[in-house]
Amino acid sequence: MMLVPIAIVLFAASGLAALFIASPRWSSAVGAGGAVAGAVAGLFAAFGCLLSGAAWRLDLAWSLPIGRLCLQMDALSAFFVAATLFLCGLAAVYGAGYMRSYAGRRLGPSWMFFNLLAASMTLVLTAADSVLFLMAWEIMALASFFLVVFEDEREDARRAGRIYLIATHLGVLPLLAMFLLLGGASGGTDFSGFTAGGAPGLLFLLAVLGFGAKAGFIPLHVWLPEAHPAAPSHVSAVMSGVMIKTGVYGLARALTWFGAPPPWWGWTLVAIGAVSGVWGVLFALAQHDLKRLLAYHSVENIGIIALGLGVGLLGVSYGSPTVAALGFAGGLLHVLNHALFKGLLFLGAGAALHATRTRDMDRMGGLMKRMPWTGACFFVGAAAISALPPFNGFISEFLIYVGAFRSAGLEAAQAAPAIVVILSLALIGGLALACFAKAAGMVFLGEPRAEEAARAHEAGWLMRASMLILALACALIGLASPLALELVAPAARVLAPAPGEAVAALAQASALLARVSAAAATLAVLAGGLWLWRGWLLRGRGVERTVTWDCGYARPTARMQYTASSFAHPMIRAFGALLPTRAKVTPPEGLFPKESSFHSHTPDLFLERVFGPAFAGAARFFSRLRWVQQGRVQVYVLYVALTALLLLLWKLR
Amino acid sequence: MTVAPLVHFLLALALAPLLPGIINKVKAFFAGRQGPPVAQLYYDLWKLFGKGATYSQTTTWVFRLGPPAGLACAAVALAVAPLGSAPALLHFPGDLVLFCYVFGMMRFATILAALDTGSAFEGMGASREAAFSALAEPALFLALVVVCRETDSLSLSTMLPAVSAAKWAETGPALALAAAALFVVFLAENCRIPVDDPNTHLELTMIHEVMVLDHGGPDLGLILYAAALKMWTLGLLLAGLVAPVNTGRWWVDALVGLAGLAVVAVAAGVVESIMARLRLIRVPRLLVVATALAALAMFLVR
Repeated sequence: MMLVPIAIVLFAASGLAALFIASPRWSSAVGAGGAVAGAVAGLFAAFGCLLSGAAWRLDLAWSLPIGRLCLQMDALSAFFVAATLFLCGLAAVYGAGYMRSYAGRRLGPSWMFFNLLAASMTLVLTAADSVLFLMAWEIMALASFFLVVFEDEREDARRAGRIYLIATHLGVLPLLAMFLLLGGASGGTDFSGFTAGGAPGLLFLLAVLGFGAKAGFIPLHVWLPEAHPAAPSHVSAVMSGVMIKTGVYGLARALTWFGAPPPWWGWTLVAIGAVSGVWGVLFALAQHDLKRLLAYHSVENIGIIALGLGVGLLGVSYGSPTVAALGFAGGLLHVLNHALFKGLLFLGAGAALHATRTRDMDRMGGLMKRMPWTGACFFVGAAAISALPPFNGFISEFLIYVGAFRSAGLEAAQAAPAIVVILSLALIGGLALACFAKAAGMVFLGEPRAEEAARAHEAGWLMRASMLILALACALIGLASPLALELVAPAARVLAPAPGEAVAALAQASALLARVSAAAATLAVLAGGLWLWRGWLLRGRGVERTVTWDCGYARPTARMQYTASSFAHPMIRAFGALLPTRAKVTPPEGLFPKESSFHSHTPDLFLERVFGPAFAGAARFFSRLRWVQQGRVQVYVLYVALTALLLLLWKLR
Repeated sequence: MTVAPLVHFLLALALAPLLPGIINKVKAFFAGRQGPPVAQLYYDLWKLFGKGATYSQTTTWVFRLGPPAGLACAAVALAVAPLGSAPALLHFPGDLVLFCYVFGMMRFATILAALDTGSAFEGMGASREAAFSALAEPALFLALVVVCRETDSLSLSTMLPAVSAAKWAETGPALALAAAALFVVFLAENCRIPVDDPNTHLELTMIHEVMVLDHGGPDLGLILYAAALKMWTLGLLLAGLVAPVNTGRWWVDALVGLAGLAVVAVAAGVVESIMARLRLIRVPRLLVVATALAALAMFLVR
């Protein structure tokens, strides 16, 4: 019970200590060491709660006039804490290796904010009071803001930080409104007393808006592809892998307060999930920047999670507990899975970026030979995020699919959203596969496309170790999925209204997953066996090495390879209506063509067409009020005096 | 009854290479040629498995792992697909999702092996394969949802045997549309005309053949065999729909199922003989049409 506060204190204390250590080496050691220690303590607490099923609540002394310092951990909190701290600990280990490349820079602030981020996420996930929750929520936003602008000498990092700061502050407004309404209806700030009161629909919408802005639902995702790539890679992993999941946690927690959901809630989440999923993966396909691509994939995966929660809500609304249990379990398991493989992919991308000094996939290539460990881990992550068996992504999507197929067999009102879920998952699956074939293939396979890529070197052992552990976790959940379901089942039961029936449904699901994992294991063993057989066949026969078949062309160069842009082109063209891709072409001309070039760029549709104009309009409107702000202290004193006078008059009335 | 799944599995492993042979015979018949023997693929496989190998210096273990992984995927998918009225070797509610995603893994392995060569040709093929399969996926799933709604079941091993003559009499149009969508997916996924042309290697318009350009020897053998198994497995879905016979004797049903498979192969051969390959830019439209057919079927169900 005390482990969670201990973890939070460990994070905060080690972060603070790291701040005051001048030597980058020791600063990293203290910061990362404290983060790992805190993560271990928190993981003990979370697993203890998940395995024993014992929820606890802790009231501590609090001197502020509103709110209370009380923490609680039920299965839902414990599940999210487990996913969050597992990735935080590994990212810290990786960061200790990664930050060495920032030689000559003070690393103290970076570690302080990293550990503060871990501490605030733990607090967000365990807070049982709305004031405490919102305070932790803001600390989390600010800590990650300072991490995003770590390389503040770069204009793009500053811009990303600005967009992030604005988005996250706007996102908190609906949450404030939601908590005020909830507090008004239930007469307190404590989570345990919350009831929906008169307008659960409004509360649901506010929760979707506020938590959706953090989670990255389209169109509230615009900060995500800006902020995640700008931060150092282990921070990107934590932000993309787990920080945005606090939004999912908030939404899930809020759903437990709002009472019985009407069908349109499920519909809303399914619609948001389908749009975010499909559009997220399409935008990802169009990117050349490896980390931006991964950030858009977070939007896609949040979409998948929303689809799962939507299936669950529909199951609750229409009174089919099996569907509800499958949907919630699938959505929540995808939270854990996405934390693992997205963390892994960002760490792998960081290693590649570290080695090649570029984020542009069209300037990489051939890294598999130079960085075999990183490459192998990245491939595991790529297969896992594309939901391919035998890895973990398939397991959670399988649960959502089965939930959707079950409701697709029922009457039309319930079947229609289920069919939307199935269709979007199928399309997302195909496009994600294409996108990760592109990312993994262009970065790690073929020949190096630039000098730096040719000189790349393997990542250090700290970085390799954390990637390896994440890759193993991806494989383990794929091959032992009933165990993973054991972890997620208590959390799914918190959301399901009829726990008894949910238990039965989850037991059934566990039996299914046992078969799925058996098939996945067969697949892995079979592939390994055939590989050995092939080697045995070739034993003693002539095995030659030569150049790639070039169709008789005598001087192939690495520049003739397909690039990431050309690989994605057929899909970009097929979905051209949804993507604002622009190309700048200087074609070769004349008999002796000299320079020619091709640049393509896909900006974010919503940032450019929606939020950009909206904010410009707001700026124009507010600039008309500029005359209020004179810059003279006397005038400001006059404002203060006038306001005080008005208030007095109003009081006298 | 209990041996039926195993018998079918072994039968498929043994007979799958006949399907491309049947297609080629049909094409030869239309062209007025004698054509290669039906068992040609067996001779090819024998020859390939006896050869050595040549690898590009650019390639890594990814290239070598591609063909074995692809065959393993095809075999697992085969273990889920039923023939006739007997269930498949592996069956459980939701196995159809596994079925589709295992093919995804197969595609992933092939695409990455192609990209590992660093060749522009193979990159081109890989890119097209990725694009077209992504569009084929919704059509496949939607067609399966139709059958699933029709038969109230989530497992291929119960939903395909549940399609009976009575079902066809009841909701024939829906099943016919679903079968049409599945047939388009069958052609696209097996790289047949009108999506891809399996005959030529070096035309820039080819998809699958150009992806495996650098493979040779046992690797190519594994790829060809896996492709035959994939054709058999996807064909079983169609055969289950178009040959709705359920006599109660598993071997009779299995024979009917095999006949259904042969019919599917002949149909693919006929399509290949009387149609030209579509322009690449048109292929996405064909796949969207398949999805639309399946969606229409959805409205006609029950």
